[in-house]
Amino acid sequence: MFYRQAGDFKTTYRDDIQTFPLKQDRWGYYIVLAIAFLVVPFFINDYWTSAVMLPFLIYAIAALGLNILTGYCGQVSLGTGGFLAVGAYGCYKIMTSFPDLNIFVVVLLSGLITAAVGMLFGIPSLRIKGFYLAVATLAAQFFLVWLFNKVPWFYNNSASGQISSPERSMFGYAITGPNADAPVRYLFCLTLLVMLAWVARNLTRGRLGRSWMAIRDMDIAAEIIGVNPLRSKLSAFAVSSFFIGVAGALFFSVYLGAVEVGEAFGINQSFLVLFMIIIGGLGSIFGSFVGAAFLVLVPVLLKNIMVNWLGWPTDIAVHIEFMVIGGLIIVFLIAEPHGLAQLWRLAKDKFLLWPFPH
Amino acid sequence: MNIGSKMASNIQPGEELLRIENISLSFGGVKALTEVSFDIKRGEVRAIIGPNGAGKSSMLNVINGFYHPQVGEVWYCGQKRKGLKPFQIAHQGIARTFQNIALFKGMSTLDNIMTGRSTHMRANMLSQAIWRGAAEKEEIKNRRFVEEIIDFLEIQSIRKTPVGRLPYGLQKRVELGRALAAEPVLLLLDEPMAGMNVEEKEDMSRFILDVQSEFGTTIAIIEHDMGVVMDISDRLVVLDYGKKIGDGTPEEIRNNQAVIDAYLGVPHE
Amino acid sequence: MSPEILYTAEVILNGLMAGVMYALVALGFVLIFKASGIFNYAQGVMALFAAMTLVGIQNGQVPFSHLINAVFGTQLHHFGWHLPAIVAILLTVVVMIIFAILVERLVLKHLVNQEPIILFMATIGLAYFMEGFGDLMWGSEIKVLDVGLPKGASLALEEYTVGWATEGSQYYGMYVDKLDMVAALVAIALVITLSLFSQYTKTGRALRAVADDHQAALSVGISLRKIWVITWCIAGVVAMVAGVMWGSKSGVQFSLSLIALKALPVLILGGFTSIPGAIIGGLIIGVGEKLFEYSIGPMIGGATENWFAYVLALFFLVFRPQGLFGDKIIERV
Repeated sequence: MFYRQAGDFKTTYRDDIQTFPLKQDRWGYYIVLAIAFLVVPFFINDYWTSAVMLPFLIYAIAALGLNILTGYCGQVSLGTGGFLAVGAYGCYKIMTSFPDLNIFVVVLLSGLITAAVGMLFGIPSLRIKGFYLAVATLAAQFFLVWLFNKVPWFYNNSASGQISSPERSMFGYAITGPNADAPVRYLFCLTLLVMLAWVARNLTRGRLGRSWMAIRDMDIAAEIIGVNPLRSKLSAFAVSSFFIGVAGALFFSVYLGAVEVGEAFGINQSFLVLFMIIIGGLGSIFGSFVGAAFLVLVPVLLKNIMVNWLGWPTDIAVHIEFMVIGGLIIVFLIAEPHGLAQLWRLAKDKFLLWPFPH
Repeated sequence: MNIGSKMASNIQPGEELLRIENISLSFGGVKALTEVSFDIKRGEVRAIIGPNGAGKSSMLNVINGFYHPQVGEVWYCGQKRKGLKPFQIAHQGIARTFQNIALFKGMSTLDNIMTGRSTHMRANMLSQAIWRGAAEKEEIKNRRFVEEIIDFLEIQSIRKTPVGRLPYGLQKRVELGRALAAEPVLLLLDEPMAGMNVEEKEDMSRFILDVQSEFGTTIAIIEHDMGVVMDISDRLVVLDYGKKIGDGTPEEIRNNQAVIDAYLGVPHE
Repeated sequence: MSPEILYTAEVILNGLMAGVMYALVALGFVLIFKASGIFNYAQGVMALFAAMTLVGIQNGQVPFSHLINAVFGTQLHHFGWHLPAIVAILLTVVVMIIFAILVERLVLKHLVNQEPIILFMATIGLAYFMEGFGDLMWGSEIKVLDVGLPKGASLALEEYTVGWATEGSQYYGMYVDKLDMVAALVAIALVITLSLFSQYTKTGRALRAVADDHQAALSVGISLRKIWVITWCIAGVVAMVAGVMWGSKSGVQFSLSLIALKALPVLILGGFTSIPGAIIGGLIIGVGEKLFEYSIGPMIGGATENWFAYVLALFFLVFRPQGLFGDKIIERV
């Protein structure tokens, strides 16, 4: 009843195009942000951090990235796993080559490297679309994973072929390495996520975002009315890969600490992130968050129910998890192709007009 | 001021804005256009008419650079065009609407029209990413212009509605708005009144004439309704089987034997 | 002849054999794409699922035994029978037909008129579901598939070719797996059967009509839904054949569905709607990746087969987006 559009008048265009045009949304956002930054860090333990919070924050960044490319610009990519790997290995190489560099800068640089690689693999998108492009992005996935597996330079010739993250700290707190505390790692990832979500929102509401959506909805018309397809598509690939690269760097350095490329960044990662944006909502910033949260929580929930509660073996839980996720994808594509975000939007629309819908 | 208005700044009304010279276009073995030549003068409404499959839409596609003719030249603002991509031509001030509505279905009316404005926006990616400063200022400035178009076309109430949900007539109007947002020098309209009832056609005709008089825009229009075409256009080109069979004022076209034959279906020699 | 030439010839021959395998999977894709415009990502998992089912039935495994044991605390594993291969194959065909009907009922029916890319993503979901379902039903361990196909090197060929090398050189004859030869023969037989079926039977004509134009086919009274079920049945059988061949070669395991992914670049080369295209594309990829691995692989660390096909397809797409046999795409507005 208090969620209202009426009375919240906009008198300038500036007000009308702000991040959260609705007053209540704005307050809701401030409250969530305050809780996330000021309350949660005091209550989380190691289990929650590594099982739920860190994966959620990191996958949310990756999902934002893929959503920019697939949801906003309409270019389906199955190469997310490969780009995550670029972020991770970029991060590792920079960390070990420049030990004094601030970890925050390292993560952003990894993003930039991934952006460059992403643009390279985005070039075919100028000629091909749809699932042709999806197949072409598989090339990125398989080639990049092979590259990091086979070229010793990328893992500094370590005997195991793994890369592991050295300790780096900011303001005296360890961010990476075995001594990093859960709240610190959480806050580091949270800060990056909030920053990047804000950037994503800015990019998608302005000229660039409109040119992406125009390409998605009708590429030929978009070009004819003056949208440069080369620049739009490549910028979508670049921005998307930047986000995914940052996610990959965090995945390696803050979350796992040590990774082996084939295991951590296989094709299943590509699918997982794609599923997140399908379930959350294609072309929705909020949807990227919801989708990431959903697909991080579902396995945890299933595992808790089946393994800890019912006492079933883990492999059965994993098989059922696959079935549930695959089934959910089909259900969502059939029932609500715009994902959970759309359900949320519809609920909000209803509520805005309640109790007089006409 | 963008490239388009700069290019056209020394062309006075009544002078030649665009010249099509000896254009031939074919797809594989199928000839779409054969040796077509005509010109468009600044400030006029120039109609392209002809029976179905006469090559009218192909002609527009040649003008805005989507099709590249095998033979012939396009002269625009006194310059010969060579090897330009469609979006570059849009930046030179040529905007258009489409026969089958080609709106961006997932976007709101406002966003669609704002996209049409992109030839006037140039804030870089970094400033768009942080939004403060240049990008926001540019956004607001162009939003103001777009709101003028929304007022002009009387579509204020559907500003934030996704265009996929709008009825046909309104979609056509939004599409016109998107083309107008570019402040084009030359506006190409591909059957803007197809499928409309009399009332909607009257509205659309009024908008087209208003655009011509208020913004001084040159207009090239394809339309099947002869009544409307003869009323609103200054000069007409008639195409049949990809060839030009008539060119002149409505009065001349009405009395042109070849045109009458084409429309009444005299068998080809 | 010098041994180098003979080795290269052997690599090419083995590439051709591998190509036949890819073509087998690609065939399933083409069938479904032609009939329903769906790019069926799950084709590879279908092959895996069919192979698992075959092994399970043949060895008398109790379906869902792990789950049943976990829920009820029982110790079920096997029925205790061992079926002849032919019976197991027929039963697997029945399972694939049931699967096709279920897919049509539960998924396709509800996705009519969606954009191709949505359908594509739905089949990725389907692939995920089937992967979990297959593992749950038959267990995820690597299984040995043996339906009595000949295996091992063809000694006759080795003996025949050993004399080709120049006198005194170290050459022991050409190595070609008998299984690969059988696979090639089966693939040829399958293609011939399919062509005959689509040319000379009523259902085949209906299939081609649907492939040409959905609306027009509907208007002359062809039931789209029936055709879809039939196509998915055929694709299921083709998947089974591919699954049996791959499974006999390298065991039934998850990587089988990844090998099947290679059918995607094959399709890009050959075009999505052409059966001969699928075969030629398969052969090109098979030979290409084996030759690349043989000649350049050792210099850059090997295992290039993981990505060669995709990168080749990518370059191909950039220069010839319409595929080897497609017409130039004319875009319209």
